[in-house]
Amino acid sequence: MEADVEKLKKIARQIRIDILTMLVESGSGHTGGSLSATDILTVLYFYKMRYDPKNPKWEERDKFVLSKGHGAPALYAVLGRAGYFGLEHFHTLRKLGSILRGHPNSAVTPGVEVCTGSLGQGLSQANGLALAARLDNKPTRVYAVLGDGETDEGQVWEAAMSSAHYRIDNLCAILDNNGLQIDGTNKEVMNIEPVVEKWKSFGWHVIEINGHDIKAIVDALNEAEKIKGKPTMIIAHTVKGKGVSFMENKVEYHGVAPTRDEYERAMKELGAN
Amino acid sequence: MTKMLGTRDVYGDVLIELGTGNKDIVVLDADLASSTRTAKFKKKFSDRFFNMGVSEQDMMGTAAGFASAGKIPFASTFAIFATGRAWEQVRQSICLPKMNVKIVATHGGITVGEDGASHHSTEDIALMRVLPNMTVIIPADGYEAGAAIKAAVKYRGPVFIRLSREKFPVLYPENCEFEIGKAKVHSIGEDATIISCGLMVHMSLEAAEELKKDGLNVGVINMSTIKPLDTDAVLNAARISGAIVTAEEHSIIGGLGGAVAEVLSENEPVPLKRVGINDKFGMSGSTVDLLKHYGLTKETVKEAVHHVIKMKGIRVRD
Repeated sequence: MEADVEKLKKIARQIRIDILTMLVESGSGHTGGSLSATDILTVLYFYKMRYDPKNPKWEERDKFVLSKGHGAPALYAVLGRAGYFGLEHFHTLRKLGSILRGHPNSAVTPGVEVCTGSLGQGLSQANGLALAARLDNKPTRVYAVLGDGETDEGQVWEAAMSSAHYRIDNLCAILDNNGLQIDGTNKEVMNIEPVVEKWKSFGWHVIEINGHDIKAIVDALNEAEKIKGKPTMIIAHTVKGKGVSFMENKVEYHGVAPTRDEYERAMKELGAN
Repeated sequence: MTKMLGTRDVYGDVLIELGTGNKDIVVLDADLASSTRTAKFKKKFSDRFFNMGVSEQDMMGTAAGFASAGKIPFASTFAIFATGRAWEQVRQSICLPKMNVKIVATHGGITVGEDGASHHSTEDIALMRVLPNMTVIIPADGYEAGAAIKAAVKYRGPVFIRLSREKFPVLYPENCEFEIGKAKVHSIGEDATIISCGLMVHMSLEAAEELKKDGLNVGVINMSTIKPLDTDAVLNAARISGAIVTAEEHSIIGGLGGAVAEVLSENEPVPLKRVGINDKFGMSGSTVDLLKHYGLTKETVKEAVHHVIKMKGIRVRD
C-alpha cells in the first residue's frame, strides 16, 4: 500500500497538538518523549497497523506495546484520533477516574494491550503477544516502541535474546533514540552505544532511520514485515521535544508539562487554529 | 506407613492433563524445567512450552503477553526467583492488568535444604500477598496441589501457587475438591486452634493429636488459600477456641501468621502465637536439620499452643 506522506505529516502535527493540549490541562506528564515518538506512532496507527477501533478485541488485529510508557500522551492521542474513545477524554488525562492514566493501563483504556510505565517490561510482553499469535496462526504483527534510556534495564536484553531465540519475526521493535534521559544525555548517564551493533549481535535485523522522516518510517516498517526468521529493530534517531523549537533537545522537558505560555507559543509554531 | 507425595511431581502430571484438554495452556520455565517438573509438559507439548532461560523477569513479562492474547500461561521457577527476582514484573505486567497468569513456583520455604539462603524462599507469601488482584495458595499435600492447580485454571486472574521440593505426607483423597478462598477445617478446638499451611499442616495435625494426652482439645485448619483469606473460618475459630496458633514454612512477618494477626486484631483479638521463621535467613543443611533448627516442628507447635492457652488465662484474670 502506498503511503500518503503529506497526509501522515498533517496527522502527526495534529497528534503533537493533542499531546500538548492534554499535557497543559493535566499540568504534569512527559512532554519530550511523547513528541519524539509522535511520527513513529502516527505511521504505525495511520498507515501500518491493522485494527478496528469499534471492535478493540478483534482477534486478527496487530498489537502495539508502548514499552516507554511515559510516552502515554502520544499513545492516547493516536488512539483517540483512531477512534478508540471520544476526544473529550483528552481533557481528563491524569485526573481522578480518567481512562487516561499517567502510564498505559490495559485494564482501563480501550486499545491499550498491556500495562507499562515501569521501564523495561514491554518487549517481554510483546514477545508473549507475538508468540501467542504464532501458536494460533494469526496474521497479527506486534510492534513495540522502546525508549533509549529504557534500554539501561537488564530485562530489555533478556527479552531481546528471547525474541531472537524464538525467531519472532512477527515482532518489530522501534527504538526512540532521542539521546536524552532524565538525568542528562545517554552518553553522560549510561552510554548505550554502539546501539546498532548491540542489537545486531543479539540476533536482530536492524534498520537505522531518521525517526521523523515519515517516508523512512514507512519504508522501514514495510521492510520489517518482509524479514523472516528473526525480529526487526528499527533504530529511529529522534529529537526529544520534536516539533516545538524551544523544547527540542531539552532534557528539562522530559517529565514536565508545558506552562500555559509555552503552550500558546507551541500552538503558534504548530499552526494550530 | 504414611504415603508420601511431592507437590511438584503432581504439578507435572496435572499440567499434562490440563494441557490435553485445553489448547490455550502454555508453560514457561526459567531453566529449571526438570526441577519444577514442567519438563513433563515439554515432552508432551513441545510447541506450547517455552524455556525462557535464566531470566525470570522476562519470563513473567512474556507470560503476561501470552495472557493478554488469551492464553493461560503457567510460569514456573523456584519460589524466591518467581516472587523476589521478578516481583515488580509480577506487579506491573501481571497483577495491575489482572492478567490470567498462573505462577506455580516450586522449592518454597527452607526445605530447599542444602542450597542455603540464596535459594530458600521465606518471604514469598508476603511478597505475593501484598499485591492487589493476586491469589495466593499453598497446598498441604500432593493431591490438594493438583486440585488447587485445576481450580486456578477455572479462575480468571493471577494466581501464585507455592509448591515444595519435599515430599509431603498425603492428607487428602486423590480426587479431593479445592475451592479458592475456602479453608479446610479439620476441627475447631475448645482450647485452641492451629491455623497452618503447606508442610506445617500435617505437623499441626500430629501436634493436636498429641496434645490430647495433655487433656487439651485443639483444632486444626488448613488455610491453603492465604489470599483471599477465609476470614470467616479464622474468626469462627477465634470465637470458639479463644486462642490461635499459626504455623507456616515462611517468615512470621507478612505471611499466614501476619494475615491471621491482621484479621484477629481488627475483629476478634484473642491470644495468638505465630510459628515460622523468626526474621532470619536460612543456613545450609538437610531438610530435617533445618526444620528442627528453625523451629518448624510439631514440638514447637505444641509449645505455642500451651503458650496461647496460658495467655488466655492471663487475659481472664485481668
